Amino acid sequence: MQRETARPMFDTDELVINMGPQHPSTHGVLRLVLKLDGEKVVDCDAVIGYLHRGVEKLCESRDWTQIVLITDRMDYCAAATNNLGYVETVEKLMSLEVPRRALYIRTILSELQRVASHLLWLGTHAADIGALTVLLYGLRERELVLDLFEEYCGARLTYNCMRIGGQPADLPEGWDKRVLRFCEIQEQKLPEYEQLLTSNRIWMERTTNVGVISAADAIGIGLCGPPLRASGVARDVRKDEPYAAYAEMDFDIPIGVKGDTYDRYLVRLEEFRQSLRIIRQAVEGLPEGPIMGKVSRMIKPPAGETYHAIEAPKGEIGYFIASDGKSVSPYRFRVRPPSFCNLQALRQLVRGHLIADVVALIGTIDIVLGEVDR
Amino acid sequence: MAEAVVFYIFAALILGFAVLVITAKSTVHSVLFLVADFLCVAALYVVLQAPFLAVIQVMVYAGGIVVLYLFVVMLVNLKRPPELHADPRRLGRLGLVMALAVFAELAAIGAYGWLKPSGFDGSLDSKNIEQVGRALYTDYLVPFEVASVLLLVAMIGAIVLAKREQ
Amino acid sequence: MTEAVIFPLIKIVIVLAAVLATVMYIVLLERKVQAWVQVRLGPMRVGPHGILQPLADVLKLFVKEDITPVMADKWVFTAAPILVLVPALIAFAVIPFASNDMKLFGLPISGRIADVNVGLLYIVSVASLGIYGIILGGWSSNSKYPLIASLRASAQLISYEIAVTMTLVTVIMLAGTLSMVGIVDAQARQGMWFAFMQPVAFFIYFVGGLAETNRAPFDLPEAEQELVAGFHTEYSGMRFAFFFLAEYANMIVVSAVATTLFFGGWLQPFPNVSWLWWLGIVPGWMWFCTKTFMFLYVFLWVRATYPRYRYDQLMRLGWKWLIPLAILNVVVTGFLKVLLKG
Repeated sequence: MQRETARPMFDTDELVINMGPQHPSTHGVLRLVLKLDGEKVVDCDAVIGYLHRGVEKLCESRDWTQIVLITDRMDYCAAATNNLGYVETVEKLMSLEVPRRALYIRTILSELQRVASHLLWLGTHAADIGALTVLLYGLRERELVLDLFEEYCGARLTYNCMRIGGQPADLPEGWDKRVLRFCEIQEQKLPEYEQLLTSNRIWMERTTNVGVISAADAIGIGLCGPPLRASGVARDVRKDEPYAAYAEMDFDIPIGVKGDTYDRYLVRLEEFRQSLRIIRQAVEGLPEGPIMGKVSRMIKPPAGETYHAIEAPKGEIGYFIASDGKSVSPYRFRVRPPSFCNLQALRQLVRGHLIADVVALIGTIDIVLGEVDR
Repeated sequence: MAEAVVFYIFAALILGFAVLVITAKSTVHSVLFLVADFLCVAALYVVLQAPFLAVIQVMVYAGGIVVLYLFVVMLVNLKRPPELHADPRRLGRLGLVMALAVFAELAAIGAYGWLKPSGFDGSLDSKNIEQVGRALYTDYLVPFEVASVLLLVAMIGAIVLAKREQ
Repeated sequence: MTEAVIFPLIKIVIVLAAVLATVMYIVLLERKVQAWVQVRLGPMRVGPHGILQPLADVLKLFVKEDITPVMADKWVFTAAPILVLVPALIAFAVIPFASNDMKLFGLPISGRIADVNVGLLYIVSVASLGIYGIILGGWSSNSKYPLIASLRASAQLISYEIAVTMTLVTVIMLAGTLSMVGIVDAQARQGMWFAFMQPVAFFIYFVGGLAETNRAPFDLPEAEQELVAGFHTEYSGMRFAFFFLAEYANMIVVSAVATTLFFGGWLQPFPNVSWLWWLGIVPGWMWFCTKTFMFLYVFLWVRATYPRYRYDQLMRLGWKWLIPLAILNVVVTGFLKVLLKG
C-alpha cells in the first residue's frame, strides 16, 4: 500500500504547550515551553530567570564574611555545602590553614546536608510520579536533620554555619551522640523507602529507560553529580580532589550503568548509605583542638583569582573569586551552579518521551531554581 | 390494560426521540436523543418480559455503540462547523432511495415472519436467557460466527488505518 | 399491592440515604487513612477528630458560586454531573444486603430492593451508562484540553470494562445464574466463596475496579501532573460535588459487587465450623457492610502506597495483560466445569 493513502485522516499538528512558571511539579519557578507531536515531546525550551536576584552582583558590595549569608540562599535546600564551597575558595585564595577539628566538623555538616537534600529530592520526585507517601516519610527524617542543624547554628534552612578560616562555634554538648543516633534511625528507614519504590513494578515502569543519557553525552553536556555518575562516569570531587576531611575518610561512590531515571534514583539512594558511613567515621574520629584558624577580623585576601569546586548534593558547585587586594568585597564573584548545568540536559532528556514523563525528568535531574537563577 | 398504557407511552417516547434525533440542531444533542431512544426501547423490552434483551440493549447499544458515535461526533465537531456538512440538494434523492430500501427490507422480514412463524410459545421472563442462548448457539450459529468475524475484521481495519507511520 | 410498592420505596430511601452518607464519610476516611499512613493526623479541627468535616465540605460546596461558562452548552453542562451520579446510585437496586427471608415486625422483608434475574448484567449495563457523564462533562467545557482528557478517561473505562466483564462470566459459570441473589445462594450451596474458587478472576476484577473508578494507580486523567486540564475543570460548587460523589459512589458499587460475587455477600464466614457458631448471631447486613468496608479500605490503602501508571502503560496493562488473562480464565473454567461435571 502506498504511504500516501495510508496517511491518517486526522492531522495532528505540533502543539506548543507552556508549563509553569507556577506549576506544582517544576520544583520552583521554572517555565518550560514544550513542543508536542500528539503525546510525544519533540522539543523543550527552558525559560529561567524568574528567581534571579542578582546574587553575583550583590556579593560585589558585601564584605567577605557577609557573603556566606548570601550563599545560603542560592541552593536553599543545601545551604551548608554552598557555605563550604565559598569559604574554601576564599581560604584557597588566602592560603589559609584550617584546623583539623574544623575540617571534621565541616565534613559532618556537609554529609548531613547531603542526606537532607536527598531526602527532599526523594520525596518530591516520588510525589510527582504519584507515590505520595514517600514524600511524607522523607520529610519526617529530614526534620531530624534540621533539628540537628538548628542545635548547631540556630537555623533550619539558611545555616550560615561556616566561616572563612574555620567554624563559628564548637559543637553543642552531646551533639555528636545525637548525630550517631540519627544515623541509626536513618539506616533503619532506608529499607522502608526501598520497599515502597525500588522493587515496585509501577515505579520501575515509570523510571526505567526514561531519560537515558550515555556517558559520552553526559560529559559532553557538562553534567555533574549523581546524573553524571548514574551514566557510568566515575567522577566525584570528594575523591578526585579531596577537600575538608574527605582525604581521611573511607567511602565509595556509587556508579550507575544505564543512565536512566531508575539508575539516578539508585545512585542517590546508595549515596545515603555512604554519607551515613562518612558521618560515623567523622564523628568517631573527631580530633580535639581549635575550631578557628589564624585569621584577622577584617578579611582581606591578596589580589588574585582562584576557582575551587566541591561536591554539593546536586553536583559539583564551583566558585570563581577575584579579589583586587584593596577593597572589603570581592572584585568578581561567580558561581558555577550544578543545577544550572544539569538543566541543560533537559532538552535532550525529554525528546521522544510523553508529557507525563517530563515531570519525572525534571525531578530526576534534581534542580533548585534558586541555584539555577541566582 | 396497564401493560397497553405503558406500551403506548414508551412507543410515543421512542417515536418522539427519533424525530428529535433527526431534527436537533447540534449533532451532540442528536446523539444524546438517540441514547434516550435506546433506553426507551430497553424499557419496552422489559414490558414485553424480555429483561435479558433489555440489559443487552442498554449495554451494547446505549453503552457501547453510541459512545463511539459520541467520540467521533465530538472530535469531528472540533474542526468543522455543522453548516459545512449540510447539502440540501443531496438529501432528497439519496434519502428517498434509502427509505425505499428500508421499507423493502421491513416488508421482506414481515412476509417471512408471516409465512414461517417460529413456533414460539410466548412465555418468557425466567427462561429468556436460556432461550436466547440456545437459539444463538444452535439454530443461528453460522450468522453469529460470521458477525463475530465481521467485527474482528472491522477492528483490525480500524487499527491499521489509524496507525501512524512510526 | 403495598408490598410491591411501599416496601421497595422504603428500602430505596434507606439505601440511598445510607449510600450518600457513606460517600460523605468515605471522603473523610480517605483523608484520615492516607494521613495515618503518611505519619500525619488528617482533619482534626472540625468536630472531634474531624468527624464533622464532611458536613463542612458539603456546606461549602452548597454555597459556592455556580459558574457556567458562557459558551458552554447549557443543557449538556447541567446534565453531565447528573448522568455521572445516577448510574452509580441505581446500581444498588439489585444488590442483596441481607438474606431473602427476614422478618421485621412479623412482616416478611427481603434483603434487597429488587431481584431481577439478570441482575449482574443490569449492573454492567448501568456502569456502561456512567461513561456519558464523563464525556459530556469534558465536552461541555468547550475547550480542547478537557475534551481530550475526558475522552482518555472514558477510553480507560471502556478498556477495563472488557476485562471486568470477562471475569463476571466466570462467576456466572460457577453460579449458573445472572441474578445477584442467586449468586449469593450459589455460594451458600457450594459452601465456599467464589474468591477462593476463582482467585484470578477476583484479582482481575479488583484491578479493573480500580481502573474503572479512576483510582490510583490508574488516576492519571485526574492528576495535576497532566498538563491537559481534567474533565471537570469548568465545574464548581454542587456540580463538582456531583462528580466527586459519583466517583466515591462508584467505588462503593465496585466494593459491594465484589462482596456479593466473590465474598459471599451477606453470608457469614465459616458456616460449617462448629465452634464459630457465634458468628451467626451477627445479622447478614452487618457482614455485608463489613466486607464492603474492607474493600473500600483496600482502595484507600492502594492509593496511599502506589505511584501512578502513565496512560500508555495503563492501556497496555489492560489490553495486553488483563484481557488475555481474563479470557484464559474463562476457557480454563469452562474446561474444568465440563470435566468435573456431576
